[in-house]
Amino acid sequence: MLRTFRLAVCALSAVTALVSTGAVAGESRVPKPAITIENPGKCVAPVDEMRRNHMDMLKHTRDKTLREGVRGMKTSLNGCIECHASKKTGSVLGNENFCQSCHSYAAVSLDCWSCHQPKANFKATGALPAGHDSPTGNASTAGAKQ
Amino acid sequence: MTERNQTEKNSDKSTAARRNFIGAVAAAGGLAAIAPGIHLVQVSQANTPPRPAGEAASKAVRWGMLIDTTKCSSGCNDCVTACATENGINETVKDARQGSQWIRKIDIKEVKTGRSHSLPMMCQHCANPPCVDVCPTGASMKRADGIVLVDRHICIGCRYCMMACPYKARSFVHQPLTDQNPEVPRGQGCVESCTFCVHRIDKGQQPACVETCTKAGHNAMLFGDLNDPNSEIARRVAQVTTTQVRADLKLDLGVRYQGI
Amino acid sequence: MKIEQYTPAEERLFYILLAFGGLVSVIGLGAAYYMEHFGHVVSGMTNQVFWGLPHVFGIFLIVAASGVLNVASIGSVFGKKVYKPRAPLSGLLAIIMLAAGLFIIMLDLGRADRVLIAATHVNLTSVFGWNMIFYPVFFGVVGLYLWTLMDRRMHGYSKAVGVSAFIWRLAMTTGTGSIFGFVVARQAYQSAILAPMFIIMSFAWGLAVFLLVQRSMYAWNNMELHPSVRQRLKNLLAIFIAAVFYFVVVYHLTNIYYAKETAFEHFILVSGGIFPVLFWGGYIVLGTLLPLFLLYHPAIWPKSGSVCAASILTIIGGFCLLYVFIIGGQAFPLDMFPGMEVSSTFFDGVVGTYTPSLPEILLSLGGLGVGFTLTVVGVRVLHFLPQDDLAKLQDAGHAFD
Repeated sequence: MLRTFRLAVCALSAVTALVSTGAVAGESRVPKPAITIENPGKCVAPVDEMRRNHMDMLKHTRDKTLREGVRGMKTSLNGCIECHASKKTGSVLGNENFCQSCHSYAAVSLDCWSCHQPKANFKATGALPAGHDSPTGNASTAGAKQ
Repeated sequence: MTERNQTEKNSDKSTAARRNFIGAVAAAGGLAAIAPGIHLVQVSQANTPPRPAGEAASKAVRWGMLIDTTKCSSGCNDCVTACATENGINETVKDARQGSQWIRKIDIKEVKTGRSHSLPMMCQHCANPPCVDVCPTGASMKRADGIVLVDRHICIGCRYCMMACPYKARSFVHQPLTDQNPEVPRGQGCVESCTFCVHRIDKGQQPACVETCTKAGHNAMLFGDLNDPNSEIARRVAQVTTTQVRADLKLDLGVRYQGI
Repeated sequence: MKIEQYTPAEERLFYILLAFGGLVSVIGLGAAYYMEHFGHVVSGMTNQVFWGLPHVFGIFLIVAASGVLNVASIGSVFGKKVYKPRAPLSGLLAIIMLAAGLFIIMLDLGRADRVLIAATHVNLTSVFGWNMIFYPVFFGVVGLYLWTLMDRRMHGYSKAVGVSAFIWRLAMTTGTGSIFGFVVARQAYQSAILAPMFIIMSFAWGLAVFLLVQRSMYAWNNMELHPSVRQRLKNLLAIFIAAVFYFVVVYHLTNIYYAKETAFEHFILVSGGIFPVLFWGGYIVLGTLLPLFLLYHPAIWPKSGSVCAASILTIIGGFCLLYVFIIGGQAFPLDMFPGMEVSSTFFDGVVGTYTPSLPEILLSLGGLGVGFTLTVVGVRVLHFLPQDDLAKLQDAGHAFD
């Protein structure tokens, strides 16, 4: 019994050692996040602060804006998207792109995008939802322009 | 209660004064910068300057809508289309009963007399909203200026608010969405409803449905601050008989109807 | 504690039952995941009828969970001796059924992944919000109650904790009834009678479930319930069934009397398709008249199986009543413009239709599976078989009070 336990401990520490040396040497099986900063130097706060606190900043803004109606705050999710969306795909989502690549690496789930639009400058098409019959044709552009 | 009324009144005064001042400044600035493309109607209705950055919605304001059913024609769907475009309600659903409708046209006919009307129905933005009362998490909420919203960050999708709403104004999103408009987040598993186009109001614009109805020349919808005695909507509401749907519930609605 | 010896056949049966219950539960979980992944578009629920079969099953289990504790309460709160040996089983079933009911309701949420938010953000003006407090405390109080029953050192507290559990359970079911009672918008609800009605429904359904579980356990152990105990329990069930019937009659009579509600009553009782069928055939005939007949007919009730059949019928009747109440109440269109004919693109003025889809059915059955599995494990691990001290009963000449 004791012997099996000792064996197991040995095996486990060997594996741990292998994994940690691999990580130190940058040979981890998990690829590093591919972060391309499209507009460097224009962020609302220094990189270190953003890395540590972006979630709190976003949450603070979200509650202030939605529940109290405060607009034009320094941080905003749409602000992040406008700046950080990939020039190729226009989105912050996708394995190579700003939000998702880092979140995949850190294994932190991203819940923003089930509701928010991840693409910069996106304009939804004005197709009528199901169930609406439109006898008067498409008057759709009137309301959408600002 | 009395204390709250007192402070409300006080802030009422000061905010009204500030709003008048801001209004004057905005009007002066606006005249100089006005683009030729903007319709006069909009200027006459734009009694609502954008709220400055960093300022919270004010209790002194009570956003409201007046719908003149005598000018609303059956078969016209302009407001519905405008809403769908503005808010990105564009998903196709197999079963129409599972689709979202923030605003819909209702045709009503008095059974005895045959007198009929057509009217848009949407969230009535109650002062005492049952949806806010029943929401277990507080996701269903009323903003200081009377706009009833769903905080989808904490909505768990229980649908109790839909049970509580007397106007069937709320829809549950039955499927994943991808084509949202950036300013109007909405998604699967949460309940949603008309927001009075809160993102537009905060910029000093009219809700999409009202703007479209006016631009198309129907003039059946009027939007503004019910608390501001100088606003057009407050003056109209003071002059003509208006109806609140299911007034028996005493929910003190933000949307009023004229002509039914 | 003595470890019971099971025969190999019993052992095998136990694992078969366990596997069966586990399988049904896992399928239920899978169905919930499927619904979460694709959205409720794969369910039969719509924006007209948005509470469906899962809510019928979940609310039935939550209501019956409170009622099944009644057996313990009669023993410890009201001091009836014949109910005391049944208290541990009653408490165990209460916890299990509440867990099973919540399993269904929580997994049906649009954002089941956020279920913790329901605990961290509680809106105290919401009846649902109250229930978020009622349920966990119920688990705690009933758990404590079981402890006082099982641990000799704690026996002294058993009465006090039993009374707390009794009061808490009444409050909790008041909360369940008030989920509907506080809804002003719909004609089926907004009635104060719903709170006591749900409490009395919990008595009937809970006792029916208890009798079924007790009978299965007795059959497993080749035991027979003492006839006088059996008579007492069947009379209690009959009284509860009759009491539910009384509340249902009063609820519908008041509605029929109000002119504004007559259209709704006509819909539920006469013209509403499936709803009158389920109400009259399911609830009135199968769920009320037939069990009362079985329980009171002098030639039938003493026969083996009659109480069991009456319990099953009571449960079926309960499901029918809840289905009519929850689904029927949503299917009837909202009356926004009294005296007007209404039409729109959003089915205003149109009766809502609802057909449960497979995932919903599987999720609902999955909840029952969870309850079944936990019960099988619970009654095997814990020695909760209600054992009557027959000598004492006979000495007392069947006067158990």
